[in-house]
Amino acid sequence: MLELIVISTLNGLLFGMLLFLLSSGLTVIFSMMGVLNFAHASFYMLGAFFGFQLTKWIGFWPALLLAPLLVGAIGMAVERYGLRNTHKHGHVAELLLTFGLAFAIEEIVAMMWGRSPVDYRVPALLDFPAFTIFSTNYPAYKIFMLAVSILIFIVLLMVLKRTRVGLIVQAALTHPHMVGHLGHNVGRIFMLVFGVGSALAGIAGVIAGPALVTQSDMAAALGPILFVVIVFGGLGSLPGAFIASLVIGLVQTFAVALNGSLASAFGPLDPSMGPSVLTDIWNVTIAQVAPIVPYLLLVIILIVRPMGLMGTRET
Amino acid sequence: MHRLVIAAAAALTVLGGTAFAQETIKIGYIDPLSGGGASVGEGGLKTFQYLADEINAKGGILGRKIEILPLDNKTNPQESLVQAQKAIDAGARYITQGNGSSVAAALSDFVTKNNTRNPGKEVLYFNYAAVDPSLTNEKCSFWHFRWDASSDIKMEALTSYMKDVPAIKKVYLINQDYSFGQSVRADARKMLGAKRPDIQIVGDELHPLLKITDFSPYIAKIKASGADSVVTGNWGQDIALLLKAAADAGLKVNWYTYYAGGAGGPTAIKQTGLDHQVFQITEGFANSGHQPAMDFEKTFRAKVNMSLWYPRAVNEMRMFKAAAEKANSLDPVKVAAALEDLKFEVLDGGEGLMRKDDHQFFQPIYISSFGKLAANEPFDEEGTGWGWHLVSKVDTSKTTVPTTCKMTRP
Repeated sequence: MLELIVISTLNGLLFGMLLFLLSSGLTVIFSMMGVLNFAHASFYMLGAFFGFQLTKWIGFWPALLLAPLLVGAIGMAVERYGLRNTHKHGHVAELLLTFGLAFAIEEIVAMMWGRSPVDYRVPALLDFPAFTIFSTNYPAYKIFMLAVSILIFIVLLMVLKRTRVGLIVQAALTHPHMVGHLGHNVGRIFMLVFGVGSALAGIAGVIAGPALVTQSDMAAALGPILFVVIVFGGLGSLPGAFIASLVIGLVQTFAVALNGSLASAFGPLDPSMGPSVLTDIWNVTIAQVAPIVPYLLLVIILIVRPMGLMGTRET
Repeated sequence: MHRLVIAAAAALTVLGGTAFAQETIKIGYIDPLSGGGASVGEGGLKTFQYLADEINAKGGILGRKIEILPLDNKTNPQESLVQAQKAIDAGARYITQGNGSSVAAALSDFVTKNNTRNPGKEVLYFNYAAVDPSLTNEKCSFWHFRWDASSDIKMEALTSYMKDVPAIKKVYLINQDYSFGQSVRADARKMLGAKRPDIQIVGDELHPLLKITDFSPYIAKIKASGADSVVTGNWGQDIALLLKAAADAGLKVNWYTYYAGGAGGPTAIKQTGLDHQVFQITEGFANSGHQPAMDFEKTFRAKVNMSLWYPRAVNEMRMFKAAAEKANSLDPVKVAAALEDLKFEVLDGGEGLMRKDDHQFFQPIYISSFGKLAANEPFDEEGTGWGWHLVSKVDTSKTTVPTTCKMTRP
């Protein structure tokens, strides 16, 4: 049992940190511009595919550096030439723009790399078990993923809280006009933030690609979970997104590990009920409903605390 | 005016003439070409295109060429019906599908309804891989033919083999959460319980179909259960990723699978280092030792650049040709009648039979294990240097299972 708890905790932390890498960019963008970027998971997918392609050409390590930069550049272009123009038409227009962009990116990726998974492998340097715990190997690559995620979290927090750049960004969040009057180019700040946010998603894509599956529907598969994370954590709150990512990562992993069902808690139904919808529900295990647990959390938090865990405003 | 009529008549003749000469036998291939099932769907498409080319090179069927229409159903039953209608609208009278019994049930139902409503424009459905037993039992249809052994036939053969392996004590079941996965788990429980009551089922897992990208949490659970063997009907990315996660975690158990040979599976097994500890149950495999099959495998690999996952697809297409020639017609109703009780020498050797009662094809079944190759085994998989090795063969007569099908014939 202890073995299962330790391994599940590790797996949960890893998945949680990956979610955080993605949601950090999304939440920063949201808090700045007030726009939910539906295409955020698509930038993650672009990161994975660029990572795959560049790995083939120049190796994994240069790809790890270059692919996020590329994705960031695309993100900046989207902000400069897309969002900035639609901004004057209100948030709905911006939302629709990113919504359409998500579909466009998916189709373009499918056209370029096909619809089946590409063969994106863990780099040979990290393809060994890092340590063995309860006779289960823990792959070095997963430790690497965990380390990168934590590193980025710390850097991001430092930059936002401790540097002048972070100060201006935070000020631009709440008082864009004042920041503008003080002589800063608010437009460029927005563009850079959008670029950095996309690049973060790109990094997540490059490092998650080999561990998970790199294929053209990976954005659609992960997108909904991201919204759960940022709503659960509180829209626009970085620490909130961090906690929410870990909670959802752990909850989902542990839900898989549990076998309990209503039947095991309260005993089987009267046999006279026969096979019916009711017995189906009664016998479903927690493991089986694991994929919907995050969405259940979303519904509950919206009812109980609409601003999310650490959010400050009710949107 | 007169001249115009002549011109129009001439134009019509030319148009009609070319249309007649080009009239191909269209077969709608309805399978996932995107999403989690795409890897196997694309493999299947290449296989059918190769088989069509092979038949066309020898003059086609009754002088007509076969054309495969690729239609992406995204492993979704609803989408499959849209694609089936598209195939029919494009002039297809035959459709083939394999991945997903939920899709198969929807298609079988769709074809049956379509044929009742459109007499004279019937459509036949050739199923090459959807193995839920209900398709040839309570949900059977005259218009559906299945070339793969149904799940209960496979489980019967697999458990007959497992029965004689005393090392098996604790079995873990992990399957996809839909009709097929549920039938695998139910059959495994029932048959293992009857043949080896001493075996303990230490886990019985259902997970979402083709949605999981990381199986580590499930592997941790299998590990914790203390199982020595895992039985799974997983296919597509669900078997490849399951084995990959097991390889990463260093899980050492014996795997009894239906589809470990699909895309990505062999690579993951090689990575685990489980030499001859992953078993697969199929109607044929590369190193079966039957010369015509091995010759076929060689040319197939050279041309398509993948190994033959679906010997049953070869049987399907060749039997289609045989039945059409026997009926001397390409009318689906006559072809269906000719297929009933048709005996056929299958690709991997031995006689198969398309049973009239339920349209289930019975054929020899093989259990093979994956590992280092012996001297007389020329074929490896996915460039791993490892390949499939014969463990046990079950003859056609021993694979026969009863059916509850009450078929309505036209």
